[in-house]
Amino acid sequence: MASKKVPENKRMPKTPTGINGLDEITEGGLPKGRPTLICGDAGSGKTLFSIEFIVKGATDYNEPGVFLAFEEKKEELAVNVASLGFDLNKLIAEKKIKIDHIQIDRSEIEETGEYDLDGLFIRLGYAIDSIGAKRVVLDTIENLFSGLTNHGILRAELRRLFSWLKDKGVTAIITGEKGEGKLTRQALEEYVSDCVILLDHRIENQISTRRLRIIKYRGSVHGTNEYPFLIDEDGISVLPITSLHLSNEVSNQRVSSGIASLDEMLGGKGFFKGSSILVSGSAGSGKTSIAAHFADASCNRNESCLFFAFEESPAQIIRNMKSINVDLQKHLKKGLLKFYASRPTMYGLEMHLVVFYKLIKEFKPKVVILDPITNLVTVGDPSQVKSILIRLIDFLQKEQITVMFTALTFPHFLQTSVDEDVASLVDTWLSVHDIEYNGERNRAIYIMKSRGMKNSNQVREFLITDNGIEIVEVTLGPAGVLVGSAREAYKLEKNTGEALRKNAFDRKNKQIESRKTILDAKVAKLKSEFELVKDELNRIYIEEELRNEVAEKNRKQLMKMREKKVENINKNK
Amino acid sequence: MQSKQWELKLYVAGKTPKSMTALKNLKKYCDEYLAGQYKIEIIDLLKTPQLAEGDQIFAVPTLVRKVPVPMRKIIGDLSNEEKVLVGLNLVPVKTAL
Repeated sequence: MASKKVPENKRMPKTPTGINGLDEITEGGLPKGRPTLICGDAGSGKTLFSIEFIVKGATDYNEPGVFLAFEEKKEELAVNVASLGFDLNKLIAEKKIKIDHIQIDRSEIEETGEYDLDGLFIRLGYAIDSIGAKRVVLDTIENLFSGLTNHGILRAELRRLFSWLKDKGVTAIITGEKGEGKLTRQALEEYVSDCVILLDHRIENQISTRRLRIIKYRGSVHGTNEYPFLIDEDGISVLPITSLHLSNEVSNQRVSSGIASLDEMLGGKGFFKGSSILVSGSAGSGKTSIAAHFADASCNRNESCLFFAFEESPAQIIRNMKSINVDLQKHLKKGLLKFYASRPTMYGLEMHLVVFYKLIKEFKPKVVILDPITNLVTVGDPSQVKSILIRLIDFLQKEQITVMFTALTFPHFLQTSVDEDVASLVDTWLSVHDIEYNGERNRAIYIMKSRGMKNSNQVREFLITDNGIEIVEVTLGPAGVLVGSAREAYKLEKNTGEALRKNAFDRKNKQIESRKTILDAKVAKLKSEFELVKDELNRIYIEEELRNEVAEKNRKQLMKMREKKVENINKNK
Repeated sequence: MQSKQWELKLYVAGKTPKSMTALKNLKKYCDEYLAGQYKIEIIDLLKTPQLAEGDQIFAVPTLVRKVPVPMRKIIGDLSNEEKVLVGLNLVPVKTAL
């Protein structure tokens, strides 16, 4: 919260409650060694809240606790909280918890004269000392007021009790029923001034939401909002409204959408890890199929996926997706995929968020799918849905979880519905549209935006086939992008043209071929003629040569003979 | 009723003026209305705190009538005689006398 951190030793010592989320809001828990007042209407969860404080103290923090019950008997309490997984009897046997029930029966009590509550003090003191308790709950001390008539004495005694509790150094919770115009009927807030927490249970549109608010926390910073909380089989979970800082870490890692051609449209690699993706489209445009592909791809990467279904039951989704060859069943079996199906009207919006939060914390998925978020509008108005989604996206980003929402757009009315509100929050927005043309409806997909990556600006047709989703290459006809049967017709036409052209080409080729053969033959003939001529010329040349040679020889012979003749003459001389 | 033995317990926390007053008052009423038929047990919770739970004591002094049944409790120093007598169901007895 504050940028300046108070040094550890100067900060107020706190006792962690162990209640999911509460310690984050209170930055550590309840004021240590002081009483805290928890007020709220009947059924707002005060007793549960305080018993969880005691149980968690005993089990998680090694701090034994005393529960002083004015309303319920020990056995009743044990049964009531057994449904939350708390085994009170075991903890009691282990001397980690002591429950003391104080019964005030108006009919068998008479008051006369002066008295004090030393009996209570002694009982409490004895209980605390017997197990070395660090935590104490008084639930609900106001019952004393209905059992006893002398309120003057009671008030004085309560004041004494609270300061006595402080002296004992125990961290105490005092519960009180909400009164009219006051936090509690008996104005207990006058005595307990360190920390006051208000529990609320409101019903809007017939849907109830539990909320918690810290009214005051002396000497400590704390969240001041109303925080929704949930009571389920694990006790109380408070949802801290996530930080308002925009300082989440970002990842450069990319994850595939499960549809190769869609990845291609997204710069070839798919979505950023930890980003948020919105798929919006009209009814039956294939949003869930895209989501299922994404889930399938995630599971195939061995990354777990949590699928929140608000429209269809898991079995229905699995069956439907099987028809397009996306087998979710096997991932479900392996435990990589988890469905959480609920009717939006089951809880209020805030409660849904608490449920998301809780399941995500539990399952730790890498991918979360919400299908469709528009159904949540039925339990809240769009602005509320937006605020919920902001918080959800924020939380998921912090956990580096990739989230895909699908949103239904209505063609004619509610034009500015959730999807446009959400669109500004998400990182990637895919829009799936129906194109109604020429007596048929076709699906087209385009990327409205995708932060931080090169993405295709084209409207692509996509088909849902027996083998899943296929995004068809854009077919540009003379009149623009063609889809459906128009595309097919254009393709056929193009094919015919191609065939004709090929035929013509083939014929030309043949002509050329035959021409070549003829020419080749001619060339061969000329070549052989030339060879003949060459031969002839050669022959003449050789003969000439030979003749010349022979002539020379004869001449030389002649010369020799003549020389001999001269010699003979000379000899004879 | 008269024939029965009355078992009274007075829970106190130390010898405070309030508890002394309560004991004094109690003895006075018992001697007056239940002479010879009563037994008073004084329990000091400072010494035996574990006993407080059994009789559901949260205020002191508290007078508990175990026998005869039903159990009755009177909180306070017992200074109002009429209230004590009504509380212990002794008034009808008184009119009968």
